[in-house]
Amino acid sequence: MSVIYVLLAVSVTVAIVFFIAFILAVKNGQYDDSYTPSIRMLFEDELVKEKPKKTNTNQLKD
Amino acid sequence: MDKETCFHCGLDATSSKIEFDNKVFCCNGCKTVYEIFSANDLTCYYDLQNAPGATPKDIEGKYNFLENSKITEQLLEFNDGNTQIITLYIPHIHCSSCIWILENLNKLNPSVSASIVNFGKKTVRVTFNAETLSLKNLVVLLSSIGYEPFISLDDYSVGKKHIDRSLIYKLGIAGFAFGNVMFLSFPEYFQVGEFWLEQFKPMFRWMMFAFSVPVVFYSAQDYFISAFKGLRSKILNIDVPIALGASVLFIRSTFEIITDSGSGFFDSLTGLIFFLLLGRFFQQKTYAFLSFERDYKSYFPIGITKITSDEKEESIQVYDIEKGDRLLIRNEELIPVDCILIKGNARIDYSFVTGESKTVSKQSGDKLFAGGKQVSGTIEVDVLKSVEQSYLTQLWSNDVFKKDKSLAFTNITNQISKRFTITILIIAVLATTFWMIFDSSKAMNVFTSVLIIACPCALALAAPFTFGNVLHILGKKKFYLKNASVIEQLAKINTIIFDKTGTITANKETTIDYEGLTLSNEEEALLKSTLRGSNHPLSRSLYGLLNEHDIVTLDAFEEHLGKGIEATYNQNHIKVGSAPFVGHTTESALLNTAVHVSTNNQYKGKFTFYNAYRKGLSLLFNELKKDYDLVILSGDNEGEKDNLTKLLPTKTKLLFNQKPEDKLEYIKYHQTEGANILMIGDGLNDAGALAQSNVGIAISENVNVFSPACDAILDASKFNQLYSYISISKSAIKIIKWSFLLSFIYNIIGLYFAVTGQLSPVVAAILMPLSSISIVIFTTLTTNIVGKNLK
Repeated sequence: MSVIYVLLAVSVTVAIVFFIAFILAVKNGQYDDSYTPSIRMLFEDELVKEKPKKTNTNQLKD
Repeated sequence: MDKETCFHCGLDATSSKIEFDNKVFCCNGCKTVYEIFSANDLTCYYDLQNAPGATPKDIEGKYNFLENSKITEQLLEFNDGNTQIITLYIPHIHCSSCIWILENLNKLNPSVSASIVNFGKKTVRVTFNAETLSLKNLVVLLSSIGYEPFISLDDYSVGKKHIDRSLIYKLGIAGFAFGNVMFLSFPEYFQVGEFWLEQFKPMFRWMMFAFSVPVVFYSAQDYFISAFKGLRSKILNIDVPIALGASVLFIRSTFEIITDSGSGFFDSLTGLIFFLLLGRFFQQKTYAFLSFERDYKSYFPIGITKITSDEKEESIQVYDIEKGDRLLIRNEELIPVDCILIKGNARIDYSFVTGESKTVSKQSGDKLFAGGKQVSGTIEVDVLKSVEQSYLTQLWSNDVFKKDKSLAFTNITNQISKRFTITILIIAVLATTFWMIFDSSKAMNVFTSVLIIACPCALALAAPFTFGNVLHILGKKKFYLKNASVIEQLAKINTIIFDKTGTITANKETTIDYEGLTLSNEEEALLKSTLRGSNHPLSRSLYGLLNEHDIVTLDAFEEHLGKGIEATYNQNHIKVGSAPFVGHTTESALLNTAVHVSTNNQYKGKFTFYNAYRKGLSLLFNELKKDYDLVILSGDNEGEKDNLTKLLPTKTKLLFNQKPEDKLEYIKYHQTEGANILMIGDGLNDAGALAQSNVGIAISENVNVFSPACDAILDASKFNQLYSYISISKSAIKIIKWSFLLSFIYNIIGLYFAVTGQLSPVVAAILMPLSSISIVIFTTLTTNIVGKNLK
């Protein structure tokens, strides 16, 4: 057995793993919206810190 | 005085005097939203973008139909009793603040567990706990912060919609195979003839074969199907030579590796399919947030309130409305069926239907048509016809709406491919015969080589990349085309038909002319003060157009619905309104909208409202008249005829009192006479004409709001640029013709190798990507240069 078989098997396996990852990503809808995530990732800092003041989340229900 | 703008929505707030937290607001609605956000620590909303909000509208009772579980069941994407998921379309989504606030909905109500915005489609997908928050309350919550979702009859079967991702899969597979085949065929390009290479050659080749199989049978299947369909209807479309080339490539390559006579052309084969799909992908990218397929369903509500025989209110689905039902139409609700007004003051806005924004008053007993929007209070109506049989909806049963325009049209690529395919086949046959005579061993080789090298990759790529880029450029200029074939159709137009109201006139602006006895300063001040108290749209626009006067406090004020208003101040009595109301009876047949005024029972005169035409209208018509026949088809009366003849070039045809069907028939008739018609309209009443015309453009003041089914949507502010937009489509056709020339040069070079029997995999592997890439670069560069000249 030549080492080339091992190399080929490894390279093709790696390629196929990435290929399957791609198919799964498409299936999960990652390519449906290619714009919003680019904005969303910038929001981390703006997220409200531990609420310092009293909050009244129920006021809207009525 | 400094001009102040509302902190929440950015509208003028100079005179509102509403302040909170040292911030100015234009109305209490905006202030309330700010209060909600600040109470929940969500004021970051205002940091991301200046004045991003919208004024919340009064929606009292509007969403009662969401209590009907039969209706909600259809809207929800997922429902297990507790957890429910719904995707809502929110037209107001326009900036990063919107994304931020909507994705932080759970701060406002903890029952919302997740909300994800799709900015491109302007939708938000909300996961919420149905036990603590009903769907209706969720919609009310969104509306209260200015993000009112739009729920129409179109959404009724949501959740079952299938997203077609097959092109991405096909592209992915082709790219994956292309890369791997390239890498496997690399050793053979150099034909070093080393010992190890000879030893492993069969395995490398069979691996290439394995990678190519899914490309041919999955990725390329559309080309085979399309070629087959084309042949069956006796059309040699561009997919015929592609399918021929691809199958010859595959069969010859397989044959070569079986007989061990060569390495095959698997690299060219996979590359070809990959580039072709790439072109298709590029062209397919359109505007996710726009819909070009709207019919009345997108305008109509899902549910409506029915008053049952025992005087109870019940939400029912509009398809369940039956003749004779008693319906309750609330303020701001759309009338879904033809009906008779029974109770209440109807003031109907038919702008969805006619494009005309002025409201119409109706008395009880009057007939109301489907598509109108009630704008003053609640009314009760008796149903005359069901949804499908109503006047407006019947328009959609016309065959025009079932035809697919693009099918009836041979595009530029297919026109050329017919001659191209025949030429290639002739060359292949001639070359094969030649070699049969001189060296028959080479004949088969030459025949397949010709078909391989002639596979029109560059030819097939020219149009998608040019059109794709032009679509993109025009989109930036707020002219949104449905697909690439619209550009080609646009270049062929010879007649342009305009609708009047809302298309060449601006919806919001009107000009006013006064006729009659001159009003004294005091009378004018009194008039202005009187108008101030009225909410009638005509009063509002007249009020806005009168000169500044001191506002006096009236001694008495009374509004007579459907007639006019009267007021008293310092013994002076004023009446404003319709002619009979002010005591003016000698009025001749009236074509234009007018408001009459009398003071102290003496008739003074009338204010006549004229349409204000869009800026640059005359200029545009004068540019267009050189190349096109111009027609105006208006559903209105002839009141504006004099005005129009003054404004427009003399050869413009003016036709008035055209019903929707008349417009459609007019276009149909002229098409049979060989005219290629561009129809420009806005209302639902133009929908038939837009569908019948070769290209239908809908004008829209706000592209996010609604426009009828059409081929293109043009932002109203860009109306005067129409001429240059049509010119760019002509330039695009020219660019494609030049690219064809370029790809023919590549084909001739390739054919030289093929006919002389010297085509090796290396030559094919170099020539094929080279031609494709240079075409892509050429079309992209030239379209960008052309696009730069656009304003």
